[in-house]
Amino acid sequence: MLNKGKAFKYGDNVDTDVIIPARYLNTSDHAELAKHCMEDIDADFVNNVRCGDIIVATKNFGCGSSREHAPIAIKASGISCVIASTFARIFYRNAFNTGLPILECDEAAARIEAGDEVEVNFATGEIRNITKNETYQAEPFPEFIQKIINCDGLVNYVKENI
Amino acid sequence: MGMTMTQKILAAHAGLKEVKAGQFIEADLDIVLGNDVTTPVAINEFKRMGAKGVFDKKKVVIVPDHFTPNKDIKAAEQCKRIREFAVSEDIENYFEVGQMGIEHVLLPEKGIVTAGDLVIGADSHTCTYGALGAFSTGIGSTDMAAGMARGKAWFKVPTAIKFDLRGEMTKWVSGKDVILHIIGMLGVDGALYKSMEFMGEGLKNLTMDDRLAMANMAIEAGAKNGIFMVDDKTIAFLKEAGDKPYTVYAPDPDADYDETYIIELGKIRPTVSFPHLPDNTRIIDEVGDVKIDQVVIGSCTNGRMEDMRIAASILKGRQVAKNLRVIIFPGTQKVYLQCINEGLARIFVEAGAVFSTPTCGPCLGGHMGILAAGERAIATTNRNFVGRMGHPESEVYLSSPAVAAASALTGKISNPELL
Ligand code: SF4
Repeated sequence: MLNKGKAFKYGDNVDTDVIIPARYLNTSDHAELAKHCMEDIDADFVNNVRCGDIIVATKNFGCGSSREHAPIAIKASGISCVIASTFARIFYRNAFNTGLPILECDEAAARIEAGDEVEVNFATGEIRNITKNETYQAEPFPEFIQKIINCDGLVNYVKENI
Repeated sequence: MGMTMTQKILAAHAGLKEVKAGQFIEADLDIVLGNDVTTPVAINEFKRMGAKGVFDKKKVVIVPDHFTPNKDIKAAEQCKRIREFAVSEDIENYFEVGQMGIEHVLLPEKGIVTAGDLVIGADSHTCTYGALGAFSTGIGSTDMAAGMARGKAWFKVPTAIKFDLRGEMTKWVSGKDVILHIIGMLGVDGALYKSMEFMGEGLKNLTMDDRLAMANMAIEAGAKNGIFMVDDKTIAFLKEAGDKPYTVYAPDPDADYDETYIIELGKIRPTVSFPHLPDNTRIIDEVGDVKIDQVVIGSCTNGRMEDMRIAASILKGRQVAKNLRVIIFPGTQKVYLQCINEGLARIFVEAGAVFSTPTCGPCLGGHMGILAAGERAIATTNRNFVGRMGHPESEVYLSSPAVAAASALTGKISNPELL
Protein backbone atom coordinates (compact mmCIF):
# COMPACT_ATOMS: atom_id res chain seq x y z
CA MET A 1 0.00 0.00 0.00
CA LEU A 2 1.64 3.23 -1.17
CA ASN A 3 0.61 6.67 -0.15
CA LYS A 4 1.85 10.09 -1.27
CA GLY A 5 1.19 13.50 0.26
CA LYS A 6 2.51 16.75 1.64
CA ALA A 7 3.88 16.95 5.19
CA PHE A 8 2.55 19.06 8.05
CA LYS A 9 5.25 19.40 10.72
CA TYR A 10 4.84 19.82 14.49
CA GLY A 11 7.08 19.51 17.57
CA ASP A 12 7.09 17.62 20.91
CA ASN A 13 4.10 16.72 23.11
CA VAL A 14 1.26 17.55 20.70
CA ASP A 15 -1.60 16.74 23.12
CA THR A 16 -5.09 15.50 22.37
CA ASP A 17 -6.50 18.84 23.56
CA VAL A 18 -4.89 20.70 20.67
CA ILE A 19 -5.69 17.89 18.21
CA ILE A 20 -9.37 18.24 19.04
CA PRO A 21 -10.31 20.73 21.78
CA ALA A 22 -12.67 19.54 24.53
CA ARG A 23 -15.26 22.15 23.49
CA TYR A 24 -16.04 20.07 20.38
CA LEU A 25 -16.44 16.76 22.18
CA ASN A 26 -20.22 17.06 22.36
CA THR A 27 -20.32 15.38 18.95
CA SER A 28 -18.86 12.15 17.67
CA ASP A 29 -19.71 12.98 14.05
CA HIS A 30 -16.47 12.44 12.11
CA ALA A 31 -16.93 15.24 9.56
CA GLU A 32 -17.85 17.69 12.31
CA LEU A 33 -14.74 16.76 14.33
CA ALA A 34 -12.55 17.10 11.22
CA LYS A 35 -13.59 20.73 10.87
CA HIS A 36 -11.78 21.55 14.13
CA CYS A 37 -8.78 19.25 13.79
CA MET A 38 -5.52 20.84 15.04
CA GLU A 39 -7.39 24.13 15.50
CA ASP A 40 -5.51 25.26 18.61
CA ILE A 41 -2.03 24.53 17.25
CA ASP A 42 -2.48 25.34 13.54
CA ALA A 43 -5.57 27.36 12.63
CA ASP A 44 -4.88 27.00 8.88
CA PHE A 45 -4.57 23.23 8.99
CA VAL A 46 -8.14 22.45 7.94
CA ASN A 47 -7.95 24.87 4.99
CA ASN A 48 -4.67 23.50 3.69
CA VAL A 49 -4.94 19.77 4.27
CA ARG A 50 -5.57 17.58 1.22
CA CYS A 51 -6.58 13.97 1.15
CA GLY A 52 -3.47 11.79 1.55
CA ASP A 53 -1.36 14.36 3.39
CA ILE A 54 0.86 13.36 6.30
CA ILE A 55 1.48 14.73 9.80
CA VAL A 56 5.05 14.56 11.07
CA ALA A 57 5.94 15.37 14.68
CA THR A 58 8.73 14.68 17.18
CA LYS A 59 8.21 13.06 20.59
CA ASN A 60 5.15 12.03 22.66
CA PHE A 61 2.52 12.79 19.99
CA GLY A 62 -1.05 12.46 21.31
CA CYS A 63 -0.31 12.81 25.02
CA GLY A 64 -3.00 13.78 27.55
CA SER A 65 -6.60 12.60 27.69
CA SER A 66 -7.54 9.22 26.23
CA ARG A 67 -10.25 10.65 23.94
CA GLU A 68 -10.69 8.62 20.77
CA HIS A 69 -11.99 11.74 19.05
CA ALA A 70 -8.34 12.74 18.41
CA PRO A 71 -7.31 10.04 15.91
CA ILE A 72 -10.83 10.13 14.45
CA ALA A 73 -10.55 13.87 13.74
CA ILE A 74 -7.10 13.47 12.14
CA LYS A 75 -8.26 10.64 9.93
CA ALA A 76 -11.48 12.38 8.92
CA SER A 77 -9.50 15.52 7.97
CA GLY A 78 -7.89 13.52 5.15
CA ILE A 79 -4.54 12.75 6.79
CA SER A 80 -3.35 9.32 5.64
CA CYS A 81 -0.63 8.74 8.21
CA VAL A 82 1.11 10.27 11.23
CA ILE A 83 4.87 9.85 11.61
CA ALA A 84 6.55 10.72 14.93
CA SER A 85 9.58 9.69 16.96
CA THR A 86 7.24 8.49 19.74
CA PHE A 87 3.52 8.40 20.49
CA ALA A 88 1.79 8.54 23.89
CA ARG A 89 0.57 5.03 24.48
CA ILE A 90 -3.20 5.43 24.73
CA PHE A 91 -3.17 7.52 21.52
CA TYR A 92 -1.05 4.81 19.89
CA ARG A 93 -3.71 2.19 20.63
CA ASN A 94 -6.61 4.44 19.76
CA ALA A 95 -5.04 5.32 16.38
CA PHE A 96 -4.86 1.72 15.23
CA ASN A 97 -8.23 0.93 16.77
CA THR A 98 -9.90 3.74 14.85
CA GLY A 99 -8.01 2.86 11.64
CA LEU A 100 -5.43 5.68 11.51
CA PRO A 101 -2.00 4.41 10.38
CA ILE A 102 0.92 5.73 12.44
CA LEU A 103 4.65 5.10 12.12
CA GLU A 104 7.52 5.66 14.53
CA CYS A 105 10.73 6.83 12.90
CA ASP A 106 13.31 9.13 14.53
CA GLU A 107 15.07 9.96 11.29
CA ALA A 108 11.91 10.84 9.39
CA ALA A 109 10.69 12.92 12.35
CA ALA A 110 13.97 14.85 12.35
CA ARG A 111 14.50 15.28 8.60
CA ILE A 112 11.08 15.88 7.09
CA GLU A 113 10.10 19.54 6.93
CA ALA A 114 6.75 21.21 6.43
CA GLY A 115 5.68 21.03 2.81
CA ASP A 116 7.99 18.15 1.83
CA GLU A 117 6.44 15.65 -0.57
CA VAL A 118 6.52 12.27 1.17
CA GLU A 119 5.69 8.76 0.03
CA VAL A 120 4.98 6.03 2.60
CA ASN A 121 4.93 2.33 1.95
CA PHE A 122 2.86 0.77 4.73
CA ALA A 123 3.83 -2.76 3.77
CA THR A 124 7.58 -2.19 4.14
CA GLY A 125 7.71 0.82 6.48
CA GLU A 126 9.78 2.71 3.91
CA ILE A 127 9.34 6.49 3.98
CA ARG A 128 10.57 8.36 0.88
CA ASN A 129 11.12 12.10 1.04
CA ILE A 130 10.66 13.04 -2.65
CA THR A 131 11.52 16.72 -2.09
CA LYS A 132 14.84 15.93 -0.40
CA ASN A 133 15.48 12.69 -2.27
CA GLU A 134 16.02 10.71 0.95
CA THR A 135 14.62 7.49 2.37
CA TYR A 136 14.05 6.54 6.00
CA GLN A 137 13.12 3.16 7.37
CA ALA A 138 10.38 2.67 9.99
CA GLU A 139 9.39 -0.70 11.38
CA PRO A 140 6.61 -1.96 9.13
CA PHE A 141 3.28 -2.74 10.83
CA PRO A 142 3.14 -6.22 12.17
CA GLU A 143 0.71 -8.45 10.35
CA PHE A 144 -1.87 -8.20 13.10
CA ILE A 145 -1.96 -4.39 13.11
CA GLN A 146 -2.05 -4.42 9.31
CA LYS A 147 -5.23 -6.48 9.55
CA ILE A 148 -6.87 -3.95 11.87
CA ILE A 149 -5.88 -1.10 9.54
CA ASN A 150 -7.12 -3.01 6.49
CA CYS A 151 -10.45 -3.44 8.27
CA ASP A 152 -10.50 0.36 8.85
CA GLY A 153 -10.30 -0.11 12.60
CA LEU A 154 -11.07 -2.47 15.43
CA VAL A 155 -14.87 -2.33 15.12
CA ASN A 156 -14.84 -3.93 11.67
CA TYR A 157 -12.02 -6.27 12.62
CA VAL A 158 -14.08 -7.61 15.51
CA LYS A 159 -17.16 -7.80 13.28
CA GLU A 160 -15.26 -10.16 11.02
CA ASN A 161 -13.70 -12.14 13.85
CA ILE A 162 -16.50 -12.45 16.34
CA MET B 1 17.03 -13.30 27.25
CA GLY B 2 14.76 -13.61 30.28
CA MET B 3 11.40 -11.93 30.74
CA THR B 4 10.14 -9.24 33.13
CA MET B 5 7.07 -9.87 35.33
CA THR B 6 4.90 -8.02 32.80
CA GLN B 7 6.29 -9.96 29.85
CA LYS B 8 5.64 -13.26 31.63
CA ILE B 9 1.99 -12.41 32.29
CA LEU B 10 1.51 -11.26 28.68
CA ALA B 11 3.15 -14.42 27.32
CA ALA B 12 0.98 -16.66 29.50
CA HIS B 13 -2.20 -14.93 28.34
CA ALA B 14 -1.17 -15.04 24.68
CA GLY B 15 -0.51 -18.77 24.90
CA LEU B 16 3.18 -18.19 24.13
CA LYS B 17 6.26 -19.57 25.79
CA GLU B 18 8.10 -16.34 25.32
CA VAL B 19 7.50 -12.75 24.21
CA LYS B 20 9.99 -10.04 23.32
CA ALA B 21 9.80 -6.27 23.80
CA GLY B 22 8.20 -4.67 20.74
CA GLN B 23 6.30 -7.80 19.72
CA PHE B 24 2.57 -7.51 19.03
CA ILE B 25 0.38 -10.11 20.66
CA GLU B 26 -3.26 -10.85 21.20
CA ALA B 27 -3.98 -11.88 24.78
CA ASP B 28 -6.90 -13.32 26.74
CA LEU B 29 -8.46 -10.99 29.28
CA ASP B 30 -9.38 -11.85 32.85
CA ILE B 31 -11.26 -8.62 33.55
CA VAL B 32 -12.67 -5.83 31.34
CA LEU B 33 -13.63 -2.73 33.34
CA GLY B 34 -15.60 0.41 32.59
CA ASN B 35 -17.16 3.33 34.49
CA ASP B 36 -20.10 5.67 33.97
CA VAL B 37 -18.12 7.99 31.66
CA THR B 38 -16.44 5.48 29.34
CA THR B 39 -18.96 2.62 29.26
CA PRO B 40 -21.74 4.48 27.37
CA VAL B 41 -19.29 5.11 24.46
CA ALA B 42 -18.13 1.48 24.60
CA ILE B 43 -21.73 0.25 24.47
CA ASN B 44 -22.20 2.16 21.16
CA GLU B 45 -19.10 0.55 19.66
CA PHE B 46 -20.11 -2.84 21.07
CA LYS B 47 -23.43 -2.56 19.20
CA ARG B 48 -21.67 -1.39 16.00
CA MET B 49 -19.45 -4.46 16.18
CA GLY B 50 -22.55 -6.56 15.97
CA ALA B 51 -21.65 -8.33 19.22
CA LYS B 52 -24.27 -10.80 20.34
CA GLY B 53 -23.35 -10.52 24.00
CA VAL B 54 -20.41 -10.08 26.39
CA PHE B 55 -17.79 -12.83 26.29
CA ASP B 56 -18.20 -13.65 29.97
CA LYS B 57 -20.69 -12.00 32.32
CA LYS B 58 -18.40 -12.67 35.29
CA LYS B 59 -15.40 -10.96 33.71
CA VAL B 60 -16.99 -7.66 32.69
CA VAL B 61 -17.05 -5.15 35.56
CA ILE B 62 -19.00 -1.90 35.46
CA VAL B 63 -18.76 0.67 38.24
CA PRO B 64 -20.69 3.95 38.08
CA ASP B 65 -18.41 6.08 40.24
CA HIS B 66 -17.48 9.32 38.48
CA PHE B 67 -20.68 11.37 38.58
CA THR B 68 -22.62 9.29 41.10
CA PRO B 69 -24.84 9.58 43.07
CA ASN B 70 -26.06 11.16 39.81
CA LYS B 71 -24.97 14.78 39.89
CA ASP B 72 -27.29 16.00 37.12
CA ILE B 73 -29.69 14.83 34.42
CA LYS B 74 -26.94 14.04 31.91
CA ALA B 75 -25.15 11.87 34.47
CA ALA B 76 -28.42 10.17 35.36
CA GLU B 77 -29.01 9.33 31.73
CA GLN B 78 -25.53 7.89 31.26
CA CYS B 79 -25.96 5.77 34.37
CA LYS B 80 -29.36 4.62 33.18
CA ARG B 81 -27.82 3.40 29.92
CA ILE B 82 -25.13 1.38 31.62
CA ARG B 83 -27.57 -0.02 34.19
CA GLU B 84 -29.85 -1.20 31.37
CA PHE B 85 -26.87 -2.74 29.61
CA ALA B 86 -25.72 -4.45 32.83
CA VAL B 87 -29.20 -5.87 33.36
CA SER B 88 -29.69 -7.05 29.77
CA GLU B 89 -26.22 -8.62 29.67
CA ASP B 90 -26.65 -10.05 33.17
CA ILE B 91 -23.33 -8.52 34.29
CA GLU B 92 -22.49 -10.04 37.65
CA ASN B 93 -20.09 -7.31 38.76
CA TYR B 94 -22.21 -4.22 38.26
CA PHE B 95 -22.14 -2.15 41.43
CA GLU B 96 -25.04 0.18 42.11
CA VAL B 97 -24.79 3.29 44.28
CA GLY B 98 -24.99 2.07 47.85
CA GLN B 99 -22.85 -0.98 47.13
CA MET B 100 -20.20 0.60 44.96
CA GLY B 101 -17.04 2.52 45.54
CA ILE B 102 -14.33 4.10 43.45
CA GLU B 103 -13.54 1.35 40.91
CA HIS B 104 -9.83 1.03 41.70
CA VAL B 105 -10.43 0.75 45.44
CA LEU B 106 -13.40 -1.57 44.97
CA LEU B 107 -11.97 -4.27 42.67
CA PRO B 108 -9.00 -5.27 44.87
CA GLU B 109 -11.21 -5.15 47.99
CA LYS B 110 -13.82 -7.47 46.43
CA GLY B 111 -11.17 -9.93 45.27
CA ILE B 112 -12.19 -9.40 41.63
CA VAL B 113 -8.57 -8.94 40.53
CA THR B 114 -5.77 -11.22 41.66
CA ALA B 115 -2.07 -11.84 41.07
CA GLY B 116 -1.22 -12.95 37.54
CA ASP B 117 -4.44 -11.54 36.03
CA LEU B 118 -4.52 -9.57 32.80
CA VAL B 119 -6.88 -6.61 33.17
CA ILE B 120 -7.91 -3.78 30.86
CA GLY B 121 -10.07 -0.88 31.95
CA ALA B 122 -11.50 2.12 30.15
CA ASP B 123 -10.00 4.36 32.80
CA SER B 124 -6.39 5.40 32.86
CA HIS B 125 -5.87 4.49 36.53
CA THR B 126 -6.62 0.83 35.87
CA CYS B 127 -2.86 0.43 36.40
CA THR B 128 -3.65 0.35 40.18
CA TYR B 129 -4.01 -3.47 40.26
CA GLY B 130 -0.33 -3.90 39.47
CA ALA B 131 0.06 -3.63 43.25
CA LEU B 132 -1.43 -7.15 43.44
CA GLY B 133 1.00 -8.59 40.89
CA ALA B 134 -1.44 -8.31 37.97
CA PHE B 135 -0.82 -6.80 34.54
CA SER B 136 -3.38 -4.04 34.36
CA THR B 137 -3.63 -1.09 32.00
CA GLY B 138 -5.92 1.73 30.84
CA ILE B 139 -7.36 1.68 27.32
CA GLY B 140 -9.96 3.54 25.21
CA SER B 141 -13.67 2.84 24.81
CA THR B 142 -13.27 0.90 21.51
CA ASP B 143 -10.81 -1.44 23.22
CA MET B 144 -13.30 -1.92 26.04
CA ALA B 145 -16.02 -2.76 23.50
CA ALA B 146 -13.80 -5.27 21.69
CA GLY B 147 -12.71 -6.73 25.03
CA MET B 148 -16.32 -7.19 26.12
CA ALA B 149 -17.16 -8.82 22.78
CA ARG B 150 -14.21 -11.15 22.38
CA GLY B 151 -12.40 -11.40 25.71
CA LYS B 152 -9.19 -10.45 23.93
CA ALA B 153 -7.06 -7.37 23.38
CA TRP B 154 -3.93 -6.62 21.40
CA PHE B 155 -0.75 -5.42 23.08
CA LYS B 156 2.72 -4.32 22.14
CA VAL B 157 5.06 -6.01 24.60
CA PRO B 158 6.75 -3.26 26.64
CA THR B 159 10.28 -2.89 27.95
CA ALA B 160 10.60 -2.05 31.63
CA ILE B 161 12.23 0.09 34.27
CA LYS B 162 13.17 -1.62 37.52
CA PHE B 163 12.80 0.05 40.90
CA ASP B 164 14.91 -1.60 43.55
CA LEU B 165 13.35 -0.52 46.86
CA ARG B 166 15.63 -0.45 49.90
CA GLY B 167 15.21 0.35 53.58
CA GLU B 168 12.24 1.78 55.37
CA MET B 169 10.24 5.02 55.23
CA THR B 170 10.23 7.46 58.14
CA LYS B 171 7.09 8.00 60.21
CA TRP B 172 5.04 10.45 58.11
CA VAL B 173 6.20 9.22 54.72
CA SER B 174 3.94 6.88 52.73
CA GLY B 175 3.74 5.16 49.34
CA LYS B 176 2.26 8.36 47.93
CA ASP B 177 5.43 10.29 48.75
CA VAL B 178 7.54 7.54 47.17
CA ILE B 179 5.62 7.63 43.90
CA LEU B 180 5.54 11.45 43.78
CA HIS B 181 9.30 11.38 44.31
CA ILE B 182 9.71 8.87 41.45
CA ILE B 183 7.46 10.85 39.07
CA GLY B 184 9.39 14.01 39.92
CA MET B 185 12.58 12.15 39.02
CA LEU B 186 11.33 10.54 35.76
CA GLY B 187 9.03 13.27 34.41
CA VAL B 188 5.51 12.78 33.02
CA ASP B 189 6.77 10.86 29.97
CA GLY B 190 9.75 9.24 31.69
CA ALA B 191 8.27 5.75 31.54
CA LEU B 192 6.41 6.11 28.21
CA TYR B 193 5.30 2.69 26.82
CA LYS B 194 7.21 0.96 29.60
CA SER B 195 6.41 -1.13 32.62
CA MET B 196 7.48 0.12 36.02
CA GLU B 197 8.43 -2.96 38.05
CA PHE B 198 8.86 -2.62 41.80
CA MET B 199 10.85 -5.07 43.88
CA GLY B 200 13.70 -5.26 46.36
CA GLU B 201 14.39 -5.80 50.01
CA GLY B 202 12.44 -2.66 51.01
CA LEU B 203 9.20 -3.99 49.53
CA LYS B 204 8.34 -5.73 52.79
CA ASN B 205 8.18 -2.35 54.47
CA LEU B 206 5.42 -1.12 52.16
CA THR B 207 1.83 -1.91 53.13
CA MET B 208 -0.64 -3.01 50.45
CA ASP B 209 -2.26 0.44 50.66
CA ASP B 210 1.17 2.02 49.99
CA ARG B 211 1.64 -0.21 46.95
CA LEU B 212 -1.86 0.44 45.58
CA ALA B 213 -1.26 4.20 45.80
CA MET B 214 2.07 3.80 43.97
CA ALA B 215 0.81 1.54 41.16
CA ASN B 216 -2.15 3.91 40.75
CA MET B 217 0.16 6.72 39.65
CA ALA B 218 2.34 4.75 37.18
CA ILE B 219 0.32 6.35 34.36
CA GLU B 220 1.40 9.77 35.64
CA ALA B 221 4.92 8.87 34.46
CA GLY B 222 3.47 7.76 31.10
CA ALA B 223 3.87 4.06 31.92
CA LYS B 224 1.83 1.28 30.38
CA ASN B 225 1.63 -0.44 33.76
CA GLY B 226 3.18 -0.56 37.19
CA ILE B 227 3.63 -3.92 38.85
CA PHE B 228 4.87 -5.15 42.23
CA MET B 229 6.59 -8.38 43.05
CA VAL B 230 4.21 -10.63 44.99
CA ASP B 231 5.22 -11.35 48.61
CA ASP B 232 3.62 -12.61 51.84
CA LYS B 233 1.74 -9.37 52.31
CA THR B 234 0.22 -9.66 48.82
CA ILE B 235 -0.85 -13.24 49.42
CA ALA B 236 -2.42 -12.37 52.79
CA PHE B 237 -4.31 -9.49 51.13
CA LEU B 238 -5.56 -11.68 48.26
CA LYS B 239 -6.72 -14.42 50.64
CA GLU B 240 -8.64 -11.95 52.74
CA ALA B 241 -10.31 -10.41 49.70
CA GLY B 242 -11.55 -13.63 48.15
CA ASP B 243 -10.72 -17.06 46.87
CA LYS B 244 -9.89 -16.35 43.23
CA PRO B 245 -6.94 -18.57 42.24
CA TYR B 246 -3.77 -16.56 41.70
CA THR B 247 -0.49 -17.09 39.88
CA VAL B 248 2.78 -15.52 40.95
CA TYR B 249 5.15 -14.32 38.22
CA ALA B 250 8.65 -13.26 39.26
CA PRO B 251 11.08 -11.74 36.76
CA ASP B 252 13.73 -14.03 35.30
CA PRO B 253 17.19 -13.44 36.80
CA ASP B 254 18.41 -12.30 33.37
CA ALA B 255 15.33 -10.18 32.57
CA ASP B 256 16.23 -7.16 30.50
CA TYR B 257 15.50 -3.78 32.13
CA ASP B 258 16.11 -0.50 30.28
CA GLU B 259 17.15 1.10 33.54
CA THR B 260 17.36 0.28 37.24
CA TYR B 261 16.78 2.84 39.96
CA ILE B 262 17.70 2.20 43.57
CA ILE B 263 15.16 3.89 45.81
CA GLU B 264 16.32 4.46 49.38
CA LEU B 265 12.98 4.64 51.16
CA GLY B 266 14.53 6.11 54.30
CA LYS B 267 15.72 9.18 52.39
CA ILE B 268 12.34 10.12 50.94
CA ARG B 269 10.76 13.24 52.41
CA PRO B 270 7.04 14.10 52.41
CA THR B 271 6.57 15.34 48.83
CA VAL B 272 4.09 17.73 47.18
CA SER B 273 3.35 18.18 43.44
CA PHE B 274 2.82 21.82 42.57
CA PRO B 275 0.47 22.90 39.76
CA HIS B 276 0.00 21.88 36.97
CA LEU B 277 1.82 18.59 36.43
CA PRO B 278 2.43 15.66 38.78
CA ASP B 279 6.18 15.80 38.05
CA ASN B 280 6.44 19.35 39.42
CA THR B 281 7.43 18.07 42.85
CA ARG B 282 9.00 19.70 45.89
CA ILE B 283 9.89 18.18 49.23
CA ILE B 284 7.88 19.51 52.17
CA ASP B 285 10.92 21.39 53.50
CA GLU B 286 10.94 23.53 50.33
CA VAL B 287 7.23 24.19 49.92
CA GLY B 288 7.22 27.69 51.42
CA ASP B 289 4.07 29.51 52.39
CA VAL B 290 1.13 28.16 50.37
CA LYS B 291 -2.29 29.18 51.68
CA ILE B 292 -5.15 26.86 50.76
CA ASP B 293 -8.94 27.04 50.49
CA GLN B 294 -9.79 23.35 50.40
CA VAL B 295 -8.40 19.98 51.50
CA VAL B 296 -9.48 16.78 49.75
CA ILE B 297 -8.63 13.40 51.27
CA GLY B 298 -9.67 10.28 49.36
CA SER B 299 -9.78 9.03 45.71
CA CYS B 300 -8.49 5.86 44.04
CA THR B 301 -4.99 6.89 45.12
CA ASN B 302 -5.58 7.47 48.84
CA GLY B 303 -9.13 6.47 49.78
CA ARG B 304 -8.25 3.29 51.64
CA MET B 305 -8.45 2.40 55.33
CA GLU B 306 -4.87 3.27 56.15
CA ASP B 307 -5.29 6.69 54.53
CA MET B 308 -8.37 7.32 56.66
CA ARG B 309 -6.53 6.22 59.82
CA ILE B 310 -3.57 8.50 59.13
CA ALA B 311 -5.89 11.46 58.51
CA ALA B 312 -7.87 10.69 61.68
CA SER B 313 -4.75 10.35 63.81
CA ILE B 314 -3.82 13.92 62.87
CA LEU B 315 -7.33 15.42 63.10
CA LYS B 316 -8.29 13.70 66.35
CA GLY B 317 -9.37 16.18 69.02
CA ARG B 318 -8.39 19.12 66.81
CA GLN B 319 -10.27 21.58 64.63
CA VAL B 320 -9.82 22.33 60.95
CA ALA B 321 -8.57 25.87 60.28
CA LYS B 322 -11.07 28.71 60.06
CA ASN B 323 -12.59 29.41 56.61
CA LEU B 324 -11.20 26.17 55.19
CA ARG B 325 -13.26 23.36 53.58
CA VAL B 326 -12.06 19.85 54.34
CA ILE B 327 -13.68 17.03 52.34
CA ILE B 328 -12.96 13.40 53.15
CA PHE B 329 -14.29 10.72 50.83
CA PRO B 330 -13.59 7.05 51.54
CA GLY B 331 -13.04 4.73 48.57
CA THR B 332 -15.80 2.21 49.17
CA GLN B 333 -18.80 1.38 51.33
CA LYS B 334 -16.60 -1.04 53.27
CA VAL B 335 -14.05 1.66 54.09
CA TYR B 336 -16.94 3.99 54.97
CA LEU B 337 -18.43 1.49 57.40
CA GLN B 338 -15.09 0.73 58.96
CA CYS B 339 -14.53 4.46 59.50
CA ILE B 340 -17.80 4.47 61.44
CA ASN B 341 -16.92 1.34 63.42
CA GLU B 342 -13.45 2.57 64.35
CA GLY B 343 -14.77 5.97 65.40
CA LEU B 344 -12.99 7.81 62.57
CA ALA B 345 -16.21 9.22 61.14
CA ARG B 346 -16.85 10.95 64.47
CA ILE B 347 -13.31 12.34 64.56
CA PHE B 348 -13.74 13.81 61.06
CA VAL B 349 -17.12 15.36 61.75
CA GLU B 350 -16.11 16.72 65.15
CA ALA B 351 -12.99 18.26 63.59
CA GLY B 352 -15.28 20.14 61.17
CA ALA B 353 -14.74 18.09 57.99
CA VAL B 354 -17.22 16.78 55.41
CA PHE B 355 -17.38 12.97 55.41
CA SER B 356 -18.86 11.87 52.08
CA THR B 357 -20.24 8.74 50.50
CA PRO B 358 -17.76 7.03 48.09
CA THR B 359 -17.54 8.81 44.69
CA CYS B 360 -14.88 10.19 42.33
CA GLY B 361 -16.64 13.54 42.78
CA PRO B 362 -14.08 16.22 43.59
CA CYS B 363 -11.07 14.35 42.15
CA LEU B 364 -12.02 15.17 38.56
CA GLY B 365 -13.91 18.35 39.32
CA GLY B 366 -17.17 16.46 38.91
CA HIS B 367 -19.13 17.45 41.98
CA MET B 368 -18.88 17.47 45.82
CA GLY B 369 -16.22 20.17 46.06
CA ILE B 370 -15.47 22.20 42.92
CA LEU B 371 -12.97 25.06 43.10
CA ALA B 372 -13.70 28.68 42.11
CA ALA B 373 -11.29 30.89 40.12
CA GLY B 374 -8.18 31.64 42.15
CA GLU B 375 -8.83 28.95 44.77
CA ARG B 376 -6.26 26.42 45.86
CA ALA B 377 -6.66 22.87 47.11
CA ILE B 378 -4.31 20.32 48.51
CA ALA B 379 -5.54 16.85 47.54
CA THR B 380 -4.49 13.25 47.97
CA THR B 381 -5.63 12.60 44.37
CA ASN B 382 -3.37 11.89 41.38
CA ARG B 383 -3.71 14.70 38.83
CA ASN B 384 -3.24 18.43 39.14
CA PHE B 385 -3.74 19.43 35.49
CA VAL B 386 -5.17 22.86 34.66
CA GLY B 387 -8.82 22.94 35.78
CA ARG B 388 -8.77 19.39 37.13
CA MET B 389 -10.80 20.26 40.22
CA GLY B 390 -12.86 23.12 38.84
CA HIS B 391 -12.15 26.55 37.37
CA PRO B 392 -9.20 26.73 34.92
CA GLU B 393 -7.69 29.38 37.19
CA SER B 394 -7.81 27.20 40.30
CA GLU B 395 -4.82 25.20 41.57
CA VAL B 396 -4.35 21.67 42.87
CA TYR B 397 -1.39 20.49 44.96
CA LEU B 398 -0.94 16.73 45.34
CA SER B 399 0.21 15.13 48.59
CA SER B 400 -0.12 12.22 51.00
CA PRO B 401 -3.01 12.01 53.50
CA ALA B 402 -0.63 13.01 56.31
CA VAL B 403 0.41 16.27 54.62
CA ALA B 404 -3.20 17.00 53.60
CA ALA B 405 -4.49 16.42 57.15
CA ALA B 406 -1.71 18.55 58.66
CA SER B 407 -2.62 21.28 56.19
CA ALA B 408 -6.27 21.00 57.23
CA LEU B 409 -5.30 22.19 60.71
CA THR B 410 -3.28 25.21 59.60
CA GLY B 411 -4.91 26.37 56.34
CA LYS B 412 -1.59 26.22 54.51
CA ILE B 413 0.52 23.35 53.18
CA SER B 414 2.10 21.91 56.31
CA ASN B 415 4.57 19.30 57.46
CA PRO B 416 2.98 16.61 59.67
CA GLU B 417 6.34 16.11 61.40
CA LEU B 418 6.08 19.58 62.93
CA LEU B 419 2.60 19.27 64.48
S1 SF4 C 1 -10.88 8.90 41.93
FE1 SF4 C 1 -10.18 10.34 40.37
S2 SF4 C 1 -8.48 9.39 39.32
FE2 SF4 C 1 -9.56 7.80 40.49
S3 SF4 C 1 -10.97 6.88 39.03
FE3 SF4 C 1 -12.06 8.50 40.09
S4 SF4 C 1 -11.79 10.34 38.79
FE4 SF4 C 1 -10.28 8.82 38.14
